[in-house]
Amino acid sequence: MFRDAWLIAGKDLRIEMRSRVGLNQIVPFAVTVLVLFAFALDTDQEALRTYAPGLFWVTVLLAALLAIGRSFAVDLADGAADRLLLSGIDPIAVFGGKAAAIAVQLVVLEVLLGAGVVLLFDVTVHRYGLLVCAGLAAAAGVATAGTLYGALVAGLGVRETLLPVLLLPVVAPVLIGATRAFQDAFGVAGAEGWAWLGLLAGFAAIYGVFGALSYGALLEEA
Amino acid sequence: MESAVRLRAAVTLLGRFPALAGVNLDITPGEIVLLKGPNGAGKTTLLRLCAGLCTLSTGQGWVLGHDLSSERRMVRRRVALLGHRTGLYDDLTVTENVAFWARAAGAGRQDVDEALERLSLTGRLADTRVGRLSAGQRRRASIASLVVRRPELWLLDEPHAGLDQQTRDTVDTLVRGAAAAGATVVLATHELERIAVLEPRVVSVVGGMVRSDDPTDSQGPNASSDAEDDRRVS
Repeated sequence: MFRDAWLIAGKDLRIEMRSRVGLNQIVPFAVTVLVLFAFALDTDQEALRTYAPGLFWVTVLLAALLAIGRSFAVDLADGAADRLLLSGIDPIAVFGGKAAAIAVQLVVLEVLLGAGVVLLFDVTVHRYGLLVCAGLAAAAGVATAGTLYGALVAGLGVRETLLPVLLLPVVAPVLIGATRAFQDAFGVAGAEGWAWLGLLAGFAAIYGVFGALSYGALLEEA
Repeated sequence: MESAVRLRAAVTLLGRFPALAGVNLDITPGEIVLLKGPNGAGKTTLLRLCAGLCTLSTGQGWVLGHDLSSERRMVRRRVALLGHRTGLYDDLTVTENVAFWARAAGAGRQDVDEALERLSLTGRLADTRVGRLSAGQRRRASIASLVVRRPELWLLDEPHAGLDQQTRDTVDTLVRGAAAAGATVVLATHELERIAVLEPRVVSVVGGMVRSDDPTDSQGPNASSDAEDDRRVS
């Protein structure tokens, strides 16, 4: 199963590297959103610093929608989704592979946006360990929930508009937890960062298990 | 002998529309079967049902001994379906696509090389991204990605579409070779003259039902059934 998950993840990441959609479209989109936030608040540098964690994670979630949508679009484009069903690969491996590929893309996005936040919003990192752990756990949570909901809407003609409507409310706990953890890591609020990290890890674990168990049924319906 | 395909009163609904409206069909292992009939007759749905991609709404069905209602995953592992779409990734090269599907099926690098060789997808073509290929080349790459799976049941929907003469001959050779190796081949095509050399058993599909299952049937692909099909749809 791990071999198959690795196969799926490697395929998805290779496609993304080749197509450069992430680099040429998703990253510029995310940077643009971040810059617009900076323009909107630039008269108040203190407010920028205070709200930087929340703005960062809102931007990550918006960009994640594009990455998740694309992950399923490449399978649907020329019938590869049917081939995946016919391949005999365990749906759990497909779920794990796709979630892993999305998580890797989100981590790369977080690194690039993190640099942008430090430069644009003038924040200073106080707790690197917390920052890294929260970033990884949040990426895992968004990727697992995103893969699950991406498969849920994959077969629908309105999937591009339905995915945000369904997914954003679901990942609200990730937004809250990651924002609190980053506030602690940036030293802009007295949040219990490590406790919020627990919430992020729990969210990722729950959606990881739930997604793995239900993914087969979702693929059948897609 | 266990049937390769056995359908009894098989009904498949696409929404409310009965794409298959009570099909009875037996196909023995090693047979080459031609499904003929007008557009919209249910040939593609029948192939997808046999592949385990469509569900049985009512009736019963077995493919390679597996129940189509409860063992579709087992069916899927043992069949190959060449549909209207290629099932390939535009941003991967031909070799990467074929290797991906080969690894998914547990096949090795040697199987990939053999499949590429058989479909004349060697040299620069093998390292070209699928998105940059012509329609015919994409079709060949799609067939190569099925060959590596060594399926026991081939389900081919218009296998010659978009191919040049040389590649059509290659496909015919593949079909003969698969049948000679004991695999069953079910294909749907309008190119009856071309398929005749393979000496298939001809099964007419009209209005979602098998209307004739006669080796001597020489009825044309559109004979008298289009109007009937139109009435059914309306």
